[in-house]
Amino acid sequence: MAKPKVATTSLAGCFGCHMSFLDIDDRILKLIELVDFDKSPVDDIKKFTGRCLVGLIEGGCCNEENVRVLQDFRAHCDILISVGECAIAGGIPAMRNAIPLEECLRESYLKGPTIYNPTKTIPNDEEIPLLLDRVYPAHEVVKIDYFLPGCPPSADTIWEALTALLNGKPLDLPYPLIKYD
Amino acid sequence: MNHTFTFTIDGVEVRGRPGQTIMQAADEAGIYIPRLCAHKELVPHGSCRVCTVFVNGRPQSACTQPAAPGIIVENETEALLAIRRSLIDMLFVEGNHFCPFCEKSGNCELQALAYRFGITAPQHPYLFPKRDLDASHPDIFIDRNRCILCGRCVRASRDLDGKNVFQFVGRGPGKRIAVNAKAALADTDAARTDRAVSACPVGAILRKRVGYAIPIGQRMYDAAPIGSDIEAVRADPHQ
Ligand code: SF4
Ligand code: SF4
Repeated sequence: MAKPKVATTSLAGCFGCHMSFLDIDDRILKLIELVDFDKSPVDDIKKFTGRCLVGLIEGGCCNEENVRVLQDFRAHCDILISVGECAIAGGIPAMRNAIPLEECLRESYLKGPTIYNPTKTIPNDEEIPLLLDRVYPAHEVVKIDYFLPGCPPSADTIWEALTALLNGKPLDLPYPLIKYD
Repeated sequence: MNHTFTFTIDGVEVRGRPGQTIMQAADEAGIYIPRLCAHKELVPHGSCRVCTVFVNGRPQSACTQPAAPGIIVENETEALLAIRRSLIDMLFVEGNHFCPFCEKSGNCELQALAYRFGITAPQHPYLFPKRDLDASHPDIFIDRNRCILCGRCVRASRDLDGKNVFQFVGRGPGKRIAVNAKAALADTDAARTDRAVSACPVGAILRKRVGYAIPIGQRMYDAAPIGSDIEAVRADPHQ
């Protein structure tokens, strides 16, 4: 029987959740026996090769590319999990949410104290994904099945979740593993 | 005279005294009723509704409702857990709670209740309101992003500190915590040692230059859920 597949991505996140994932240490050898990785920075596969059992989402959506990737994950994964504060609540990137986008861009490219920008232009190339009006948690864009809180969630939390789901058990985190920081 | 009476909480017989609230009697019996705006040394406010229990089938706030002979109180039921989770959820999405860098994290009562209820993500959409911060005072600051309007600072400043530094202004979604001064916190006689500062259940009023003093793992709610101290009374047969 083919092994179930896991996909992961980092949207508007810092890759800290992926680092925490790698922090499962030698358990990663056990994991490799249980699953294959599909689209993920872990193996650098850029496009889905087929159906996945679990998709891990780090980060919320701050631009249109994030939205497309997230929708692609929803379309390919049976179980989609928001991993970490940014996917669940927007996190640090969402600190801009109370500030109008125009003001953010003006501060970043024109008015900030350390800006050097002689042409006084705000980047606007079609290669650069358009920013959204604000940062959206993943579950406000697509349906998310489970949430692993933390900044980042500990390796134990991620391990607990993956092994439960791979064994067809419900995901029920014990008290010490539910942390928002 | 100090005659006691009995009533039940979730079927367990509890002793009460005249003048006690349901919450006070429950605390003595080692039964934890979740709460936010209530504080042992402050007059009850009854505003957060987290301590809602059913008394003879009707919802009441346990911090204000008197204990009475024979009443039937429901506390830990599925229906009440759902209501309490929803209240905590709403407090999270109504403010800007960035726990990862909040100095109160690990010692915060709002966060601790979310942990106790097993909340991994709120069910309501985030509002991301625009709120301000008052860092004018040399020793303390107010971050209104994290204020849950519990009124504990108002009561503590008035009744314990004898100062009346804090007050609410506005109504509905515009309600916010303000200071009794012309402009800012620096213009009041608030001090670093005020009980109003330590009474804040969240990271809305904090002392400056404390930072992340307690290591992760040793903070108040890292290992055991909020309310464990009260429940320990019941677990210990010698008390
Ligand atoms: S006040 Fe509490 S809930 Fe709000 S950000 Fe700080 S730790 Fe989190
Ligand atoms: S500042 Fe703190 S104590 Fe005062 S109302 Fe807000 S949350 Fe409550």
